[in-house]
Amino acid sequence: MESSRDDFVIALRSAFLKKGTQQRFSLLSLIFFSIIFLILGSFNFKIINYVKIGITEIVYRSSFVVSVPENLIKDSYLTIQNHNKLYKENENIKSELEILKAKDLLNEFIILENQRLKNIVDDYLVKSETIIAKVLSDKGSPFLRSIIINKGSKHKINLGMVVMDGAYLVGKVVEVNYLSSRVLLLSDLNSKIPVIVEPNTVFSILSGTGKNYGIIQYSKKNEDIKRESIIYTSGAGSLFKAGIPIGRMNINNLSDEKKVEFFSDFSQLKFVKVVSFKKSENK
Amino acid sequence: MTRLRNKNFIKIILSKAPIILLFVSVLNDFDFNHLSLKYFSFNFSYILIFYYSLKKSESLGYTYIFIAGLFNDVVIGTPIGLSSLIYLILCVAASYLRNITLRPSLLKDCVFFLFTILIINSLLFLFLKFIFNYELNYFDQIINITFTFLFYFLFSNIFDFFESYFVSSKNAG
Repeated sequence: MESSRDDFVIALRSAFLKKGTQQRFSLLSLIFFSIIFLILGSFNFKIINYVKIGITEIVYRSSFVVSVPENLIKDSYLTIQNHNKLYKENENIKSELEILKAKDLLNEFIILENQRLKNIVDDYLVKSETIIAKVLSDKGSPFLRSIIINKGSKHKINLGMVVMDGAYLVGKVVEVNYLSSRVLLLSDLNSKIPVIVEPNTVFSILSGTGKNYGIIQYSKKNEDIKRESIIYTSGAGSLFKAGIPIGRMNINNLSDEKKVEFFSDFSQLKFVKVVSFKKSENK
Repeated sequence: MTRLRNKNFIKIILSKAPIILLFVSVLNDFDFNHLSLKYFSFNFSYILIFYYSLKKSESLGYTYIFIAGLFNDVVIGTPIGLSSLIYLILCVAASYLRNITLRPSLLKDCVFFLFTILIINSLLFLFLKFIFNYELNYFDQIINITFTFLFYFLFSNIFDFFESYFVSSKNAG
């Protein structure tokens, strides 16, 4: 029993104190150093802090060098992964393109069918000419909601031409000068245009209010007009081409007023399209 | 003459391979001990130090291990001296096992390695949690210990292979 304890002590002492070949310090002395480092470091001892700063400088610089092969491998891996991703992305885009091509063909078919049906019912087809105009002035007054554009009769602007902001209706030309024109906005109190409310196909009149919204008037099928319904021009009276988007219904539960929120923000107009729709001859 | 010089250079590099590996594992950005995987991490330095302290104590100098510990503390942000202490305790355990072992076997080494890493990780946990107020996840520590123990088998064989086929043959040559 005693000899086994002796063996344990001898082995332990040897482990701690015996210096191997090419060993300058014994394990015990190095453990002692580590503990000193730990204790002095926890008290923020200046020398330890300087040692730490020195080691940090060495470590960060050598870490950069040591990490070069690993970063190279990592970068290569990322490049390969990106290539793989690109391949998958390409596959996805190809399949999407196929779907879009199919849809495009379907659209083409619908357009042709629409033209054919219009021919059958003796309706007219429209051709449009677009003139881009810059908004010179949009000073709104309490009585008039209009803008001045930098195109006039010189540029073949005529009374009643439709003014659009992108795909959305903004108003119509009400005054034409040689180099400028006035556009009456849909929000003006005097603006009244025939519209259609979709879904449910409710024909009505959109009136301006002098504010930044319009209201739906003279409609009997009020219950068919739902919140979020879309307002398009109806084309009735040949004032506008049918199907130009105008705005969305914003029905307030508290009042009976059927408010229309315009798609276009009239206070932010910089450039507008002045469009003339002409009847084209049926084939 | 040049061939002889090249041979000597390769010989030196191979004999210093454990030290180089230790410093690379400490300084490298890619740390097996802090992988972003949730249930997988192991301490490569522990395996390397224990194996070479046990089998080839002349390959890894204690001073280098001490310095590697200091570097590790700076890299991972633990109090300076703590990793050195842990590494050196690992060396003590390996040295003790070497002294008492008459007939070495991998299984015995592994069991002793497990016992040692349990102790040193407990010490590390105690130091960091109760003295230096670090937040540690006990579960992560357990996972780290488990994988470090399991990987000892694999790396022990790899190091054996490396020592017998590269270092010994070069020395004999």
